[in-house]
Amino acid sequence: MTAAGYSVMGVTAVFVATLAVGAYGWRFSRTTSDFFVASRTVRPGLNASAIGGEYLSAASFLGVAGLVLAFGTEMLWYPVGWTAGYLVLLVLVAAPLRRSGAYTLPDFAESRLESRGVRRLSALLVVAIGWLYLMPQFQGAGLALASTTGTGSWLGGVLVATVVLVNVLFGGMRSITFVQAFQYWLKLTALLFPLLFMAAIWLGDGAVSPASVDVADVGGTGDSWVSPLAGGEHEVYTTYSIIMATFLGTMGLPHVVVRFYTNPDGAAARRTTLLVLALLGLFYLLPPVYGGLGRLYAPDLVASGRAESVVLELPSRMLAGTAGELLSALTTAGAFAAFLSTSSGLTVAVAGVISQDVMGRRFGGVRAFQAGAVVAVLVPLGLSLLTEGVGVAQAVGLAFAFAASTLCPLLVLGIWWRRLTDVGAIAGMLVGGGCAGGAVLATLLGVGPEGWGGALLAQPAAWTVPLSFLTMVGVSLATPRRVPRHAARTMVRLHTPESVQLDRGNAPR
Amino acid sequence: MGAPPRLSMRDALRWLRRGHLGTEAEHATFRTLHSASLTAPELRQGLTSESAERSARHLRNLLGVPAVALTDTVATLAWDGRSGHHERDTAALADTVLESGNTVVRDRRDFACSDPGCDLRQVVVSPLVVEDRVVGTLQAFTSSASAGLVRAVAEVAHWVSGNLELAELDASRTRLMEAEVRALRAQISPHFIYNSLTAIASFVRTDPEQARELLLEFADFTRYSFSRHGEYTTLAEELRSIERYLVLEKARFGDRLQVTLRVAQEVLPVAVPFLCLQPLVENAVRHGLEHKQGVGTVTIIAADRGGECLITVEDDGVGEDPEKVRRALAGDASVDSVGLGNVDARLRTAFGDDYGLVVETAPGVGTKVVVRVPKFAPGVHP
Repeated sequence: MTAAGYSVMGVTAVFVATLAVGAYGWRFSRTTSDFFVASRTVRPGLNASAIGGEYLSAASFLGVAGLVLAFGTEMLWYPVGWTAGYLVLLVLVAAPLRRSGAYTLPDFAESRLESRGVRRLSALLVVAIGWLYLMPQFQGAGLALASTTGTGSWLGGVLVATVVLVNVLFGGMRSITFVQAFQYWLKLTALLFPLLFMAAIWLGDGAVSPASVDVADVGGTGDSWVSPLAGGEHEVYTTYSIIMATFLGTMGLPHVVVRFYTNPDGAAARRTTLLVLALLGLFYLLPPVYGGLGRLYAPDLVASGRAESVVLELPSRMLAGTAGELLSALTTAGAFAAFLSTSSGLTVAVAGVISQDVMGRRFGGVRAFQAGAVVAVLVPLGLSLLTEGVGVAQAVGLAFAFAASTLCPLLVLGIWWRRLTDVGAIAGMLVGGGCAGGAVLATLLGVGPEGWGGALLAQPAAWTVPLSFLTMVGVSLATPRRVPRHAARTMVRLHTPESVQLDRGNAPR
Repeated sequence: MGAPPRLSMRDALRWLRRGHLGTEAEHATFRTLHSASLTAPELRQGLTSESAERSARHLRNLLGVPAVALTDTVATLAWDGRSGHHERDTAALADTVLESGNTVVRDRRDFACSDPGCDLRQVVVSPLVVEDRVVGTLQAFTSSASAGLVRAVAEVAHWVSGNLELAELDASRTRLMEAEVRALRAQISPHFIYNSLTAIASFVRTDPEQARELLLEFADFTRYSFSRHGEYTTLAEELRSIERYLVLEKARFGDRLQVTLRVAQEVLPVAVPFLCLQPLVENAVRHGLEHKQGVGTVTIIAADRGGECLITVEDDGVGEDPEKVRRALAGDASVDSVGLGNVDARLRTAFGDDYGLVVETAPGVGTKVVVRVPKFAPGVHP
């Protein structure tokens, strides 16, 4: 059997498994027993694995290795930022968000600011972020399938979109904790297992440092590859902008926030976040190693512009024969598991928001949700087919920058600043979203100018996030009469541990 | 009723619009209605310093006087307008109408003023009456009170009183709902306590260990049901109580009662009204199984449906006449059905009319009760 044959088999297995779990998912979603079910709330460990499984997307699985291979160690800021985002989440957001009782971000906005307007706007932003984040998943799928089987680059995206849509439409409307938790360990295995073999080969070859070789064609010397901020324009600005986007954007991702609801209380939410940090830290050790090994064993990928497929191709290049092909098939299957789990989680979250907040209450229940799911998948699929030039990790970076400029200020100020008003929140989200959205559009369409202007548009977070915060604070201070009536009471509920006996009151409707 | 102070810009805009939106008299009516519509929701909260603070400005606009005060029977609640130093006089002024209940006009003989620049020489004090009881006063300060102003203040005070009565109505509706929850707790006791204790007694000699376990379950169950609890709890807590209840019922029915619980872990933190499921399960056991020959099964399912949680309580017992269920849901107390109408009403109050109980039943085919609960609803916290 050919290498492509193994890969097709691996991908098919993942697709079939996903659809089967979707169809029979109720078996996992139910805990059947005679008694004492209720004490079995989802444990932080399981929930953390589920968050990890849903969070580790194409960008993490393929993009990081490709970036490190092509651009060197300074690209490690991406995985560092994607992990550290949970540190910010842990310190600033996790427990208060859980205590707010909100299921989605629009829920939080409504309960904190007591305003339907803020709710509607944040719902639109959640949908936009979901689309921006789904788009690179479909792109990555196309890339992965094209590189392993030689099909057209559109096919993978369409396949993943179809499977996700079928799954969400007919399998049910939930992304089950147990299944998503399993996805994390699958992805970890899919990267770790081949790596063990490849590391052995690398050690056998004399353990050459990736930094000691110079890759021709792209002009990358070993020194410039290994040292951050060496050469390139506006690198300091770009780096800080990436840091700001990734650190602050995580909390605005719709599929992450929804998972926190499963925690029984604020303390469990914190423990879950801590475990997520550990799990992500473990996972993100692996892709950079692929990047480094790729520099030694597959340097031509950079020149041919296929750096992102290094995870998929490296095993078969380093190991001759069937073993290498099987391991490549394993990483390919892992990549598709990544596309599917992230896309399913996002689709469910986005479809929920679309059906509840955008369509209004005229279409009720399942129909609205299914219609929402169709919209949630088709729009980003179309976008991914139109904008093929943007890298997977870069596109995900834009989603993070957009989330950091809009929903992060809403969450952070909403939780920590009692004088925030609905008008201020709306103004801040409009300004941040407008600027970051404009920059994202310019980048996606490839119309950005050269020089500083281009750098500011390619990585907008460093200026749009402070701008959004400032607008929110400024406008809130200018509209002190609009402070929500029950702001003080809401703040008490957000910040008091559940174990404290206290009259939290019920805010009147 | 005088016109409120205006800005020249607004004057200009009004001049531009004149002729398009009606005559000056109609504008005055619109302004009055607008001020009234802004005030009404505040007053519906009842007469507190917060609601008084928020409505005083609109009331001053409505009356077109320099300053307005709202008091309760003993203290000032809000002052809006200039010459704030008269705020301290308002409590004493309020006293003058508490007895009589009539609108009166007072002048500088009743409230001294040392500020020569102050032109608030007269005040119209009108009582706010809720259910024949004076609960506070509305005071309008002006330089000279015309007969028209006195009439206007009296009318506005009357209108404010009307809104406060509505607030009182809201409050009593809430109190009624709370009383029903308390009644529901009390309602559990007689039948169930008697049956449980009898069942436990039957184990005391044959299986003392089992009897002890059951007594502890019984203690925990009653503690939860009678606890001074808030309006909402989590589904996990509610299910825990139901499990205890079912353990006790199983002790009584033995193998005749089969129970299946299928609960998605993801929905356990959902907030639900306190004791909203227990009555449904009790109904399933009592009406579904007590009069049935042979084995009966109660199935409780809590499923995750995205933004909602779907709870079904199903029994394969003798079923029920749908018409009777309809009457129970409508609140007919003569129907012997533990709190079905009450649970329905509380779900609707908490989550809106879309979230009432759905009961599927017919004689001989069992009963299925479906409860939908949104994962988030504003104002609903365990």
